[in-house]
Amino acid sequence: MRILETQKLTRAFGGVIAVNQVDFYAEKGLITGLIGPNGAGKTTLFNNITGLDQCTSGKVVFDGHDITKLPAYKISRLGIARTFQNIRLFKELSVVENVMIGRHYKSGDPNKGRFAEALKSYFKLESSEKTIYEDSIKWLSFLELEKAADEDAKNLPYGLQRELEIARALATEPKLLFLDEPAAGMNPQETDHLMMIIRKIRDLGITIVLIEHDMKLVMNICDSITVLSYGQKIAQGTPAEIKSDPIVIEAYLGKEDEDE
Amino acid sequence: MLSFFLLILIYTGIYSLMALGQNVITGYTGMLSLCQAGFFAIGSYVTAILCVKCGWGFFATIPVAALLSAMVGVLIGLPTLRLKGDYLAIATLGLGEIIRNVINNWDSLTNGPMGIQKIPKPSFFGIEINPYSKWGYLLMVAIFVLVFYLLLKRLADSRMGRALEAIREDEIAAGSMGINVTKYKVWAFAIGAACAGVAGSLQACFSLSVTPGTYTFMVSVIVLCMVVLGGMGNFKASIVGAFIIQLISYFPQLVGISNKFPAQFKQILFGLILIVMMIYRPQGIMGRSRRSFSKTGRSCPFKFLASKVRTVFKSSKEAGR
Repeated sequence: MRILETQKLTRAFGGVIAVNQVDFYAEKGLITGLIGPNGAGKTTLFNNITGLDQCTSGKVVFDGHDITKLPAYKISRLGIARTFQNIRLFKELSVVENVMIGRHYKSGDPNKGRFAEALKSYFKLESSEKTIYEDSIKWLSFLELEKAADEDAKNLPYGLQRELEIARALATEPKLLFLDEPAAGMNPQETDHLMMIIRKIRDLGITIVLIEHDMKLVMNICDSITVLSYGQKIAQGTPAEIKSDPIVIEAYLGKEDEDE
Repeated sequence: MLSFFLLILIYTGIYSLMALGQNVITGYTGMLSLCQAGFFAIGSYVTAILCVKCGWGFFATIPVAALLSAMVGVLIGLPTLRLKGDYLAIATLGLGEIIRNVINNWDSLTNGPMGIQKIPKPSFFGIEINPYSKWGYLLMVAIFVLVFYLLLKRLADSRMGRALEAIREDEIAAGSMGINVTKYKVWAFAIGAACAGVAGSLQACFSLSVTPGTYTFMVSVIVLCMVVLGGMGNFKASIVGAFIIQLISYFPQLVGISNKFPAQFKQILFGLILIVMMIYRPQGIMGRSRRSFSKTGRSCPFKFLASKVRTVFKSSKEAGR
């Protein structure tokens, strides 16, 4: 079953067509990889789906909802979370507070709008905050970050900052998680740890779509791979199919000279 | 001397209210706004007009002042809050001046540059609070500051406060976390404006007259200085900042050397202090307030009160049985 599907999604910046009529989809419960040379439009496609950028034409359907023109916060509430290529943590806040912000919508008051309930909850700050705090610690320990809970986010080492971004995204309880170059800047051990984390997240039943340049990671954990080049989808298939696809090889390595 | 010191404290209280509001806007949400003077003026004129022309009591005018300021804040907030940083500062600066100019020229309602005089003294259930005997008025202002401090502190410690901080740190990431950025920005702006409106009411009633000359751009700048000096994102610090700035600006009069210093002296001093602060302590005197999480949860300003009330209820129930 396709949980996410784009139909002829196009995004043009003036004359430059960053994403051109792309039909991308993600199967529910699987890990889908999105690869392509630099400037192929991968992040633009992510931004269009998650509402950070509005597409020029086309349609995005998620879980039966048309989310094409929705603002980012509504898309997040429907169940899409994401991380960012250039880490966007709330730097001055502590690690656990970052995750607590992820709980923002889910921790909302179910009695919203009822004055008496609102008045009651006014004096119950402590208990509601405690629940949010404990939920957040749970997500931190899922990523083995709970020891750093009280540190400032900006003081974490780079690899852990990326993992904190994942924890924060998971705290929104998404159905679909976008990871934009999660292994960028990580050493091989950290990358291995990351792969384990991604598998653990999939085992929770969360669909994952990831952009990545680390081919070892992509080929190892993805169930399906889509290849973009110059804004167009040039291939889609299992890792084995993609590895041997001549069009993909051409896009990455260039065309073989016919004279030789 | 004592009486003059009390005057400084009263002004500290009035400016504290504005600084508390500014702290919500700038310290928590990270919007550089420069129109507290405009909302201050709206609050003052609401009180003056309702008291003098409609014969309302002072305390009845305060909610109207807060509400009207907040409404103007929302009206202007909706189009301008998509601006960022310097652009927002310029837009709000213009807004403050527009409010002052409207007041200056709307003769039929505000009496123009002449202002409105003979505002009646406030009375509280028959007890008249005379601004000239400063103790009573100081007590009233202090109660207002305390109530607003507790309310805003409670707000900042809730998930709304955290959402505002998320917006300050990274708007795009906040949106991706499901936070409705526009809604919270407008709320923060409205709350800040309402605080300044209440401060305006207190000011009108303290000086017993209002003139447009009081609500210049300098007021907005001074309020911003208070927040920066005390420490952004810390309500206690805003009050401390307000006190220090007021003390400095009246220092020559307080120690009786005002004839030796020109009036512009205090502006030079402000500038110096801000420069020294930015170099040596950019986070402000007290810095940002940090939340602490422990196993028992977080301290809440009402915790003590709420637990007391609960025990009283419990014991009365048991007694009833």
